Amino acid sequence: MTNLQNAAEEEQLAHFMQRIERGDKIEADDWMPEEYRLTLIRLISMHGISEIMGALPEKEWVPKAPSLNRKLGIMAKVQDEMGHGQLLLRVTEDLLVPYGKNRGDIMQDLFNGDLKFHNVFHMETKTWADAGIIGWLVDGAAIITQTNMLGASYGPYARALQRICAEEVFHAQHGESIIMALAEGTDEQKAMIQESLNRWWEALLMFFGPASKETTGSSKQDLTIKYKIRTKTNEEFRQLFFDKYIPRILSLGLTIPDPTIRFDEESKLWSYKQPDWNEFKKIIKNGGPRSHARLNLRRSSYENNAWVRDALSVKVT
Amino acid sequence: MNENETVMSQEYKEAITSLLFQLADDDFLYAYRGSEWLGLAPHIEEDVASSSISQDSMGHAAMFYKLLEDLGVGNADDLAHSRPALDRKNSVLMERVNGEGYYMETPLYDWAYQVVRSYFYTQAKKIKIDSLCESSYSPLADTAVKVRMELYYHRLHWETWFKQLLSSTDVAKKKMDEAIKKVMDDFGDVFSYGNEKLLIEKSRLISSEESLRDKWNASIEPVFAALQMEVPKISDKPTKNGRNGEHTQDLVEALHTLSEVYKFDPIATW
Repeated sequence: MTNLQNAAEEEQLAHFMQRIERGDKIEADDWMPEEYRLTLIRLISMHGISEIMGALPEKEWVPKAPSLNRKLGIMAKVQDEMGHGQLLLRVTEDLLVPYGKNRGDIMQDLFNGDLKFHNVFHMETKTWADAGIIGWLVDGAAIITQTNMLGASYGPYARALQRICAEEVFHAQHGESIIMALAEGTDEQKAMIQESLNRWWEALLMFFGPASKETTGSSKQDLTIKYKIRTKTNEEFRQLFFDKYIPRILSLGLTIPDPTIRFDEESKLWSYKQPDWNEFKKIIKNGGPRSHARLNLRRSSYENNAWVRDALSVKVT
Repeated sequence: MNENETVMSQEYKEAITSLLFQLADDDFLYAYRGSEWLGLAPHIEEDVASSSISQDSMGHAAMFYKLLEDLGVGNADDLAHSRPALDRKNSVLMERVNGEGYYMETPLYDWAYQVVRSYFYTQAKKIKIDSLCESSYSPLADTAVKVRMELYYHRLHWETWFKQLLSSTDVAKKKMDEAIKKVMDDFGDVFSYGNEKLLIEKSRLISSEESLRDKWNASIEPVFAALQMEVPKISDKPTKNGRNGEHTQDLVEALHTLSEVYKFDPIATW
């Protein structure tokens, strides 16, 4: 690169950062530094594919939902998640244009392990209470991280999140309604929620990611904050989750499966037992309890339907 | 007739009950099979669209079960979840599995079968619903008017798929031809009222079996003609008639899955 090109690029970058600083929205066709583009692709493709992979654990309970209304509710909920996946993959596809990549490449990246999906969706579901806990607490956790990005510097993502967050609020209510019915039900139903909470607790703490990159060797939170995609750190998110949900969990007569958890009045922070971050690393590298089964399900259905996609590429007169 | 205006004869009530079970069980099983496809459709946009159709259909089933509840036949959730296969009145076509494998493992579902079953069924449902809009039982006629609004989009959706897949690759055409044959093997009871035929037809709740069947043929004839295909013949002697409680193992297994949580404690509130 010549000095002239270098200077031009530096000027572009300075101009870009000024736009970010003053709160401009960056659009798909605007100039952006490659680091910004790659950060967005990593973040949004992971978010999108997590919505799609996240449909699989919940979908296990759709046919089994125990009443007509619950069947209708959970069908709508899982459909929304697929819809979020669709919106987010469309946003990612636009960002991928300069690399000549498309949705097929996103799917291949998922299958070969280059594209990760959220740790929670690698976990097993065992009872109907899991359908409630996923809606109430997993979607509740997602609302905390996603509403923080409603003002994201990248316009298409911020706009997609407007709709996604509005629907996630319904999901959390849907989950809460399942949990409330169980909490007011028989002893077996109550025991079902506690057992489910015990199994999901660690995965819920992991959902927000490690506090710093020292924990797991990598974290993109610094970059996303630098580019004003989000404003809070992983640990701040986790603390907000505790603030919001610990009182609600306790009010249902449930026990937090961490005897050490307590609120420090002085620092105004919760201290708690750290989840096993080595296990987290293993899970997000597709080494979780259901990682292979779910990837296999998505891969096999994708391959099984390849003939349909071929048939759609033929123009019908 | 409206139950508030006239005291219903026992015979009339039997006819309505029988017809409502057929309608409710058809949509309930159809929506259930659709829900097994969640997350596995050929592309993400289709997943969203067909899931919406499954939800609407589950909603229609819920409305028909509610009409039964209003007649004092039982609680809608119980009717949907607790009746054994022998008591079910759905067409055998609705209970058939989507393809190989169980939805909780790694199933290999057949999209051609999904398209053909959905298109033929939706077209049949439209013919029935049009007739039900004129039903002598006004709560059923009112429900039919609501269902008809959504059905318009369902029919359009599946017809688009049907035409596209039959006009594209050789592989798709072959799969669709096989699916048409498979669906037609089970289509014989779709327009049947089973043993209640005389009772239902004379109660002016809905048109006769023969009239609906003719309308179905006439309604899809232009689509087949455009594809240079002949409308397949509906058998009037089905090997199994679901309207009389004749079913397959597929239904027994489906009922086991869909009522698993409900049966954990049928008295509890879920």
